[in-house]
Amino acid sequence: MIEAFFFYLFAAITIASAVMVISARNPVHSVLFLILAFVNAAGLFMLAGAEFLALILIVVYVGAVAVLFLFVVMMLDVDFAELRQGFLQYLPVGMLIGVIFLAELLFVVGAWVIAPNVGGATAAPIPDMNEVSNIEAIGRLLYTRYVYFFQAAAMVLLVAMVGAIVLTLRHKANVKRQDINVQVARTRATSMEIKKVESGRGL
Amino acid sequence: MNFWSDILWPVLVITAQSVVLLVVLLVLVAYLLYADRKVWAAVQIRRGPNVVGPFGLFQSFADLLKFVLKEPVIPSGASKSLFLLAPLVTCTLALLAWAVVPVADGWVVADINIGILFIFAISSLMVYGIIIGGWASNSKYPFLSALRSAAQMVSYEVSIGFVIITVLLCAGSLNMTEIVRSQETGLADMIGLPFLEILNWYWLPLFPMFVIFFISALAETNRPPFDLVEAESELVAGFMVEYGSTPYMMFMLGEYVAIVTMCALTAILFMGGWLPPLDIPPFNWIPGVIWFTLKTCLVFFFIAMAKAMVPRYRYDQLMRLGWKVFLPISLAMVVIVAGVLQLTGWAGS
Repeated sequence: MIEAFFFYLFAAITIASAVMVISARNPVHSVLFLILAFVNAAGLFMLAGAEFLALILIVVYVGAVAVLFLFVVMMLDVDFAELRQGFLQYLPVGMLIGVIFLAELLFVVGAWVIAPNVGGATAAPIPDMNEVSNIEAIGRLLYTRYVYFFQAAAMVLLVAMVGAIVLTLRHKANVKRQDINVQVARTRATSMEIKKVESGRGL
Repeated sequence: MNFWSDILWPVLVITAQSVVLLVVLLVLVAYLLYADRKVWAAVQIRRGPNVVGPFGLFQSFADLLKFVLKEPVIPSGASKSLFLLAPLVTCTLALLAWAVVPVADGWVVADINIGILFIFAISSLMVYGIIIGGWASNSKYPFLSALRSAAQMVSYEVSIGFVIITVLLCAGSLNMTEIVRSQETGLADMIGLPFLEILNWYWLPLFPMFVIFFISALAETNRPPFDLVEAESELVAGFMVEYGSTPYMMFMLGEYVAIVTMCALTAILFMGGWLPPLDIPPFNWIPGVIWFTLKTCLVFFFIAMAKAMVPRYRYDQLMRLGWKVFLPISLAMVVIVAGVLQLTGWAGS
């Protein structure tokens, strides 16, 4: 009963905040509603017994990705009136994407309802919950059966990271940078020169 | 299904436990705040707060009254709801982390099997209070400060994450209670002096990680020498410039509770939580909660001393330290620790 109550609570807040993401006037508010949706989705994961996924969702998406979103949106100087002009223009495309997503979801759920055993034939057997904890089960599966996919995903992320750095890194010629090694390596001999100055003449 | 025994009773028990924990925690925070100011004063050869009550012991409560009785001022042009939401977020999240902290063997509100990840998730959310507060104030200095703090906290979370992973590799569990229990055996048993519990704790085998964790905790909670978020010489008072009275107090409370959480986390991960330092009488007669509190206070003392002794970092130095020093070292340590555990076969247990 408590589970049902919290499920409907989280689900209702997720949907409401998802609607607010596209209908809020201020883009910063939109991002904040997106964060609220993420957090409630994490709550739903938690109810489903996938507590590891729930907390990873919070750490990665809410704690890092959404912060960068917020960063960018706050820095932009957005003209709200202009932003809302294209709403009707983009509506058909948005609705098309929405319908595709809905259809995909229905296919997945439908397949599951019609033939419940199809998924189980390809998936790895679920170990007994009393034997291993949730996170151990994920770890065993990820690092044994799917280890190459896991490595491939890591490579994709690495390439994306290197790409982002290459695209944004600029070496300007006349910028003075602090080089700590050079500073530390300075000695009295390299940095000081003693001169005898005769009075009244200067250097 | 029995409504009384299945639903109402657990809820009542958890509520009672949480209330007791919060009251003790808040009183502790009030005195740690006082201790912070006293330590700072002692280093600078001042007296510190000494007027309210004997030795100024009631200073924090006087401050509380002052903040609560003042009028909250909301700047015109500020986003009102977000302006008030920010301190609430900070305060609530900071207190939320304590749900999974075991203060003694079995003394924990929620003994979930991924407790450490929960605390990590909460601390990664703490940045929102600052970002929202800085933006909602609709003012230049708070906004600059919010941007700074977001970058700073996100950067140091990475190295904190890797440090936590090394401890997890040794402990073999994400449950906080299990992490403390795994420190009951270790180096001291290997050298044949099992009563020297203090050598069993992870601070000795993982000493570099201990140091990195302590410094990252300073940066993560915006404590000096990394308090660039409110560097008063550059940003007046950072993201809190526009705040006063109760909202300001909630920011400050949230900040201090987060600091105490980091101290408690250091005590649990590296200093054996509630375990006594020597497993001989009279040390093992003292209840675990006392040891836990003492260890937390010890870490807090070091944090207070760092504030008193170390000058503030420059922002580029801070970023360099986080990304170019701590990240490679902690990443390498994850590999080294995993390799050692695998080769020696200590991981199997």
